[in-house]
Amino acid sequence: MFRNNYDNDAITFSPQGRIFQVEYAQEAVKQGSVVVGIVSKTHVVLAALKRNAEELSSYQKKIIPIDSHYGIALAGLASDARVLSNFMKQQSLASRLNYDRAIPLAEITQRIGDRAQKNTQEYGKRPYGVGLLIAGVDARGPHLFEFQPSGVTQEMIASGIGARSQMARTYLERNLDQFEGSGREELVKHALRALKDSLSQDKELTVDNTSIGIAGVGEDFKLYEGAEISSWLETTFENKADDEETAAPETMEVDS
Amino acid sequence: MAGMFAGPQEMMGYSFNTAPTSASEPRQHSFYPYTDNGGSTLGISGADFTIMAGDTRSTSGYSINSRHVPKLFLIGGEGPKNKGARIVLSVVGFAADGDALKEKLDKEVKMYKYQHGKPMTVSACAQRLSHILYNKRFFPYYVHAILGGIDEEGKGALYSYDPVGSYEREQCRAAGAASSLIMPFLDNQVNFKNHHIPGSGEGHDLKPVVATPLPKETVIELVRDAFTSAVERHIEVGDGLQMMILTKDGVEEQLLPLKKD
Amino acid sequence: MNHFPQAWGRPRDDIYGHYNSSYLQTANPTQHTQSPVVTGTSVVAIKYKDGVVIAADNLASYGSLARFTDVKRLRKFNSSTVLGFGGDVSDMQYLDRLLNDLDVKENYSHADDEASQLSANNLHTYLSKVMYKRRTDFNPLWNHILVAGISSESEPFLASVDLLGTTFSSPSLATGYGAHLAQPIMRKLVPDEEAVKGISKEQAVDVVKECMKVLFYRDARSMDGYSIAVISKEGIEIKENEKLENQSWQFAERIRGYGTQVN
Repeated sequence: MFRNNYDNDAITFSPQGRIFQVEYAQEAVKQGSVVVGIVSKTHVVLAALKRNAEELSSYQKKIIPIDSHYGIALAGLASDARVLSNFMKQQSLASRLNYDRAIPLAEITQRIGDRAQKNTQEYGKRPYGVGLLIAGVDARGPHLFEFQPSGVTQEMIASGIGARSQMARTYLERNLDQFEGSGREELVKHALRALKDSLSQDKELTVDNTSIGIAGVGEDFKLYEGAEISSWLETTFENKADDEETAAPETMEVDS
Repeated sequence: MAGMFAGPQEMMGYSFNTAPTSASEPRQHSFYPYTDNGGSTLGISGADFTIMAGDTRSTSGYSINSRHVPKLFLIGGEGPKNKGARIVLSVVGFAADGDALKEKLDKEVKMYKYQHGKPMTVSACAQRLSHILYNKRFFPYYVHAILGGIDEEGKGALYSYDPVGSYEREQCRAAGAASSLIMPFLDNQVNFKNHHIPGSGEGHDLKPVVATPLPKETVIELVRDAFTSAVERHIEVGDGLQMMILTKDGVEEQLLPLKKD
Repeated sequence: MNHFPQAWGRPRDDIYGHYNSSYLQTANPTQHTQSPVVTGTSVVAIKYKDGVVIAADNLASYGSLARFTDVKRLRKFNSSTVLGFGGDVSDMQYLDRLLNDLDVKENYSHADDEASQLSANNLHTYLSKVMYKRRTDFNPLWNHILVAGISSESEPFLASVDLLGTTFSSPSLATGYGAHLAQPIMRKLVPDEEAVKGISKEQAVDVVKECMKVLFYRDARSMDGYSIAVISKEGIEIKENEKLENQSWQFAERIRGYGTQVN
């Protein structure tokens, strides 16, 4: 049977120029539940679907506020995310302490990118099995960054990572033009709709399984959960029935 | 050197010593790493509140550095403005050490909240501050610290420290340049020292008045009186009075003028 | 065999001769600055409604010797901040290199825009940490520095940090002799932050020039050639080869008790 000889460590290239362990780490991200982020001129929103292992357990944390001006959403290994978020918290406090400055988002993103890259070049390490969306506001305005286990970081207008996130990205691509001019509430609606598109048929967004994080110009990053998000869920999906009625025939037509 | 360890039975020498033969020359240091930036602080705790206060003058010798350098700091709140903080630290003495101490404590209380998901209690914070000071006992933070907050039972809490971390929970404490002027006043007015019940006896039979927690308004008046009096008699105290009133609802900050002479 | 474990396996003097251990001590004990050598005197600065004015003369003294007469003690840092250095000139030059490295690093990471540049308060905080760290290591940078510029809130910013890491901020500031001679003159104009809002650039420049003159009259380690900078949102105007004007030495006639004039 075929056996891959080039995935015994995270630093050896295959003859095809691939590092398999990094690619496997990216698979771990795809196993995590979906998170979505969108940025406009004034705000940036994160939305995440929380999972519970069983009915009796609590939901896994998906959005972590780091400093007052930004937070992260994670998809993949939560324990790896905790290591990264502790590092980010320390770096952010150090920036406030040593420079009296909120750390620029590009800078903190680059720092975790550099850290992740080290794991793909030093022997005996393994890549982080987590993808992050870093969202917040700094001196240059609102930003959304995406981080991958390979150490690749990119600034995004909108992004979705995690299980079935392709559906969310499709929604985001279709509505790309609207994001820049969107206000706070519109942005939340887009994020929730994108999130919903990634759900499997039998699932619904509820106050229990959804988290929202918002930051804006003059508005600190805040995590919203539970009852705080019920009105957003209601207003976003209130005419769900109508949507489905009108949408259903269209999809039928396309299919046929 | 040779022959230094020659025992009685053998005549064999070595080219090294077992221990230094004399203490090394004392190093001359003309650099002294401390200074006194003057000023005074004070804290009084009540039944359901704590009041912290300090003047805002900063001095170097006979010069005034600035008329507005706060000595009271919110600890462990949200973001750079410490929103929602419920603990106040006051430091008086060497201001640079005071700032370093404040920042260290603030960082640790913030990390505690981040890691545990709940704010630190005042008693825990008080013990942590003691350890921070004690850890630097051989090169101390040259400050007298007072920590104020509301305890888990809703009562006013006040802790005072020496520069190497000895600490104690008290009803009231004055620290800094004018502490020797303010503290006896507080003993008399807060703890009712030398107050006796009239006609309760002669000499040693006189019954002392038992101290009871004072209402907030009375304490605010006491603080203002303490500082206006200290300003008259101490040159390092003056310019402004910064007051923080801690209750279950949070921290209210007041800034009052003091004489600038 | 003997009872000195240190001796085991070592050459014996009675067989190999005395062991010359002098080469083992290669370095002297580390030395730290215990006093400044070549020094600059006062720096004065005052806030006005749109910015800050800062000045320092161009003299570097070696004790009482006026050693270098064209040393620029004001240093521009990006487009929002000017630093004024009093105290040791070599430590000033070290800090200058340190800040240059910081500036290069900052421009490298986000070159394109002004918004995320380090502003005056960022720089002051950074400097205060450097100074406090060095005093804690008993290896001080022998300077008293004024940081003048525009803060991240786009307000005029003026603060000081000294060799002990002590920091404070005030509508007007002066180091060294200036704290005694110039501060009273400037405080008359700006007693508090409220008064700053009523001060024009011209008023601020005039009072700073007046202070430089008074310092030249009375501070023996000062000079009449000086640098002056005005920092506002529009940018930095810095003039490094100014000369004191309208001096009057008439007051000198009335000074008694020095030299030949005894009473």
